[in-house]
Amino acid sequence: MLLIRCPYCEEERPELEFRNGGQAHIARSTDIVQESAEAFERFFFIRDNPKGVIFERWRHIHGCGRFFNAVRDTITDKFHHTYKAGEPQPDLNELIAANEDRRMDEGRGDMPADQGPGSWANVPPDQINVAEPAADASKGDA
Amino acid sequence: MAETATAQRRTSLETRGFDAKGASLTLAPSSFRVSLRAPEASISVLEEALGLSLPRLPKTSSEEGTRAALWLGPDEWLVIDTETDPLTASRGVEALHSAVDISHRNVGIVASGAYAAEAVNGGCPQDLSPEAFPVGACSRTVLGKIEIVLWKKAENSFHIECWRSFSPYAFAFLTASARDAAA
Amino acid sequence: MAEPASFRVSGKGRLGSKGANFTFDGASYQGVEGDTLASALLANGVHLVGRSFKYHRPRGILSAGAEEPNALVNIERDPSRKVPNVRATVQEIYPGLKAVSQNRWPSLAYDVGEVNNIASPMFSAGFYYKTFMWPKKAWEKFYEPKIRAAAGLGVAPDLPDPDHYSQRFAHCDVLVLGGGAAGIAAATAAAESGARVILCDEQADLGGALRFEAGAMVENKPAWDWAQEAIAKLAANDRVRVLPRTTAFGYYAQNFVALAERVTDHLASPNPGLPRERLWQVRAGRVVIATGAIERHMVFADNDRPGIMLASAARTYLNHYGVSVGRKVGVFTANDSAYQAAIDLKKAGTEIAAIVDIRPASEGDAVQQARALGIEVLSGHAVVKTGGRLRVSSMAVRSVNVGAERVIPVDALLMSAGWTPSVHLFSQSRGRVAFDEASQRFLPGTYAQACVSVGASNGTDRLEATLEEAYAAGEKAAKETTGGTKSAARPAGVSGEAFAGGMLGTTPGAENGTTVAAFVDFQNDVTAKDIRLAVREGMHSIEHVKRFTTNGMATDQGKTSNMHGLAIAAEVLGKDIPSVGLTTFRAPYTPVTFGTIVGHAKGELFDPTRRTPIHPWAEAQGAAFEDVGQWKRAWYFPRAGEDMHRAVDRECKTVRETAGLFDASTLGKIEVVGPDAAKFMEILYTNPWEKLEVGRCRYGIMLREDGFIYDDGVVGRLASDRFHVTTTTGGAPRVMNHMEDYLQTEFPDLKVWLTSITEQWAVIAVQGPNSRKIIEPLVEGIDISDAAMPHMSVREGRICGVPTRLFRMSFTGERGFEVNVPADYGQAVWEALWAEGQKYGACAYGTESMHVLRAEKGYIIVGQETDGTVSPYDAGLDWAIGKKKRDFVGIRGLKRSDLVADGRKQLVGLRTKNPRTVLEEGAQIVANPREPVPMTMLGHVTSSYWSENCGHSIALALLQNGRKRMGQTLWVPMPDGAIEVEVTGTVFFDPEGGRLNG
Repeated sequence: MLLIRCPYCEEERPELEFRNGGQAHIARSTDIVQESAEAFERFFFIRDNPKGVIFERWRHIHGCGRFFNAVRDTITDKFHHTYKAGEPQPDLNELIAANEDRRMDEGRGDMPADQGPGSWANVPPDQINVAEPAADASKGDA
Repeated sequence: MAETATAQRRTSLETRGFDAKGASLTLAPSSFRVSLRAPEASISVLEEALGLSLPRLPKTSSEEGTRAALWLGPDEWLVIDTETDPLTASRGVEALHSAVDISHRNVGIVASGAYAAEAVNGGCPQDLSPEAFPVGACSRTVLGKIEIVLWKKAENSFHIECWRSFSPYAFAFLTASARDAAA
Repeated sequence: MAEPASFRVSGKGRLGSKGANFTFDGASYQGVEGDTLASALLANGVHLVGRSFKYHRPRGILSAGAEEPNALVNIERDPSRKVPNVRATVQEIYPGLKAVSQNRWPSLAYDVGEVNNIASPMFSAGFYYKTFMWPKKAWEKFYEPKIRAAAGLGVAPDLPDPDHYSQRFAHCDVLVLGGGAAGIAAATAAAESGARVILCDEQADLGGALRFEAGAMVENKPAWDWAQEAIAKLAANDRVRVLPRTTAFGYYAQNFVALAERVTDHLASPNPGLPRERLWQVRAGRVVIATGAIERHMVFADNDRPGIMLASAARTYLNHYGVSVGRKVGVFTANDSAYQAAIDLKKAGTEIAAIVDIRPASEGDAVQQARALGIEVLSGHAVVKTGGRLRVSSMAVRSVNVGAERVIPVDALLMSAGWTPSVHLFSQSRGRVAFDEASQRFLPGTYAQACVSVGASNGTDRLEATLEEAYAAGEKAAKETTGGTKSAARPAGVSGEAFAGGMLGTTPGAENGTTVAAFVDFQNDVTAKDIRLAVREGMHSIEHVKRFTTNGMATDQGKTSNMHGLAIAAEVLGKDIPSVGLTTFRAPYTPVTFGTIVGHAKGELFDPTRRTPIHPWAEAQGAAFEDVGQWKRAWYFPRAGEDMHRAVDRECKTVRETAGLFDASTLGKIEVVGPDAAKFMEILYTNPWEKLEVGRCRYGIMLREDGFIYDDGVVGRLASDRFHVTTTTGGAPRVMNHMEDYLQTEFPDLKVWLTSITEQWAVIAVQGPNSRKIIEPLVEGIDISDAAMPHMSVREGRICGVPTRLFRMSFTGERGFEVNVPADYGQAVWEALWAEGQKYGACAYGTESMHVLRAEKGYIIVGQETDGTVSPYDAGLDWAIGKKKRDFVGIRGLKRSDLVADGRKQLVGLRTKNPRTVLEEGAQIVANPREPVPMTMLGHVTSSYWSENCGHSIALALLQNGRKRMGQTLWVPMPDGAIEVEVTGTVFFDPEGGRLNG
């Protein structure tokens, strides 16, 4: 069960309290009745399904009840960031750079003090248990 | 129009109770409850009318006499009063807000004893240690397969609110869980 | 009467003297409390405990722990408590325990299935895949059922599980997995630094390898004693929870670890209040993995006879349980640790036949000690085969470089190919293992979570180093989670053994090219030659080799076999081990019962059962109930002698003739409050709301953005800024979520709030010509005359002295009211209305009559007439769409080309030619019943009932171009012939609607 940081409750809470709400930042037209068939198709039917980072909506439905947005890696399930509904879409590169800085050292079992269980670096399934010499242990990670 | 006697009130959990060493369950008294929604700008007026402060911080509550306000969301409070109807106080407030009577919607169950937190943790995934969930903390969360509002009223005492029709489930779940916690 | 256990060694072991008699396959034996079934059987000289899965070969006890592949038995507590595939090495005995062997018939010693062993050359790897392919039909009809009947080990219980199971969420700063020396040290350090600690271990007694490592010292005393003192200290600390008999079986994201605690399986007569098992779902700040290492067996010919076991297991049985595994014991090893087993046994008086060491020249301390005790050490030798049928009786030994075989009689043979670090949980945490060339083993490499491996699971071999590493890890984990800075004192006077070295793969005599049965995976009967065959047949990936041979796929998940299998495959492939790769470690680490996963969620706690405030009254009246989602709803109220149809016919007639009472409390209800309430309603519903007067109601339709009907319900305006919205019973939660979604994310500037009031109000529908007369005497403060309160209006006032929201509305087509009262008053108000109703002969009616009555009027039910692809146009609800509105959810979807195209299915009525024929709901409609299959299907029946009020059956249907087909004759094909129907309008009763005010 994941821990998800609710930007309204200002803490990580168990996944059981949340519900996924699909892709984020798809704005409904203020003049929707005039939308072309193509525009309406894009708005209602077409969704990204990336292998990697996705911007998505969540609702803290069994908590504060608020909808909010999250940046999650679909490979690792890692949440890079959560933010309130209505806040601008964050820049992905800046986010990842910020997360790189906070990443745990890769020495054997060496954990920096700010590394809570919620901010874990994860490994894609196809890279798990790939045997390699110990000397290379520090290379390649998600 | 004929004079009519007042209808008798029947709660959903009339005779329930459970007592084990270190984890007992009782029904909270019937109370007035209001779901209060208001923007930041209306809070101070409402506080004055209700006679208690409305907590601004997540997971916190305030109490004044028989009345308590539980932060449930950034513009949402559950106001509980065992004696007088908070709606009487809020009705005259002109400032923007929504106050809806939910006195009969919810049922309160009190879990108390040294193992009360463990009994609740039988179905609630939150960290209920004193560090993470101190006295006064409150939160909407889950218990097994239902939604509850959890409120730590005192050391070793949790007040659990759920919707009326879920109360037999909540009570049965907490009984099973309390029996295990006290075992 | 049970014989005294003759292999019990006096003065050895740590068990008390309290006896516990038990039976195995009907024979009685003596054990001692604290014994596992395995140790107790060995104490009685019993090695034969099971038959292997595929070849039905006699099998004994291999290990002394959770890795056991052979000793799987049935434990039968009583007829409803029969547990198959219990590892005898884990199950503790209790007085009266009844164990039965598996996979044999008629008996363990004479098993007919052993013919598979004689025919074993037939059953090579991939046998099933290759053999049972043709004819194709035979697989389903013959092969699969036969194979299934013969396969599997234990027998599943056939009665409901009478035990209960519990679950607990727990949080801690530091979770320590494994209670050996490393785990105890890490937990101690973390606890002394002030952290909240959970320490779990799968064994009854914590101590790990200290259970057998007799010579280890900590603080200049036996390490076992140090460990027990440390555990007692931890158990006394109220910030520490010590969980014995608890297996960490799954390591999930963000340090979420699942533990299964076995609470009562070791007790003779458990307190019925105790759960059998308890699932702990732990969220930890830091996890210390101290899961130790598992000894590997040697892969040589006939290495699976009963009596052949891991050296550390024999040592555990001696030093912990006080049991000698034989009288004349041989040893076959590739490392020093097996010498210690021989030394301990020899000192305890057991004869050691010889130590056969595959290494050319071994001259370490252990070797010298063994020689000093007079044990024959054969360096550079191998065991090339063994003798004996139901128990090993000899080992054939020769030099690794050919030479004469020497047969040495033994009654037990201990083996050790070295130690495999238990990286299972580390790997489950998505950490990446790395192959250490020097020690030829996989070790934790790159970490993915906030955890750390210590001790043997981290490849740390010496006890001194293990303790230092574990203390440091526990201290650091505590500091990082609590910010504390206390330092734990390190123990002095530490000495112990090191478990380094060993070999992977087959030994001489079982090498590539030989055809001997050298078992790699005991539980799935996989031999070295099976793995070589798999590679030769083209399985070059270890994942393919695994699936082709089933190596490591049994319930033990290859804890002893995976590394050997990998090495053998690598050898044939001519590759090194790391480039062949490891298969994935998956949860659960050891099998977990369904009960533990289910926990409290069975019986009344399987799913909430929701009952209305009026339920007790309906129950007392003998109502039949139906499930509507989680709700129990009164279905019909049979009187004496009535079946469902008669009851429904009577209820429907009574409602239209006089009146009926209906419990509508389950309807979803939402209070929409705020100055922008009407604006919000305009967005969410197709109807116009701004101009709805206060005190009036309107039937609203809610669409999804695609234009299809999502929900419906009557909405009353209580004030300019307050609406009382009703939804369908099943739709209530999703409608609330849908509304919140639009409010919070698309229209956040609207000043309006939503509150669920479904359960605040009990709802009593009073319907029928006498409905007003029934409520009149009870209502205060509301003028309910037609003039003051017309159809589709709402008033607030009092009824029976309590507040009410009184709706004048109808879902029957009759004059009707819906009385909303605060839930706790629901039953009392119902009873008062019932008493008034009796004066007019009114009835109580249930959901079935409600369905019939509304169908007579052509009112739709969302979810019955609609299925998520029905637009309001299709349903004939065009009138409910605000034509002048510029926006509402679904407005654009309604204009989609396929929603306005010709040929859509439209809601119509159907009359059967024979008025007594009631169509089946869901039945298809065709124009020509003689058309060959597949027929052209024009639509389907959505609702169908016998209507006592109409005197004929009625049906609603979705029919292609339905509204243009009025009067047409169509057919509903059924298995016993097509039914002739006529297409009609949807209103079957009172088409003018006069009865609403009648």
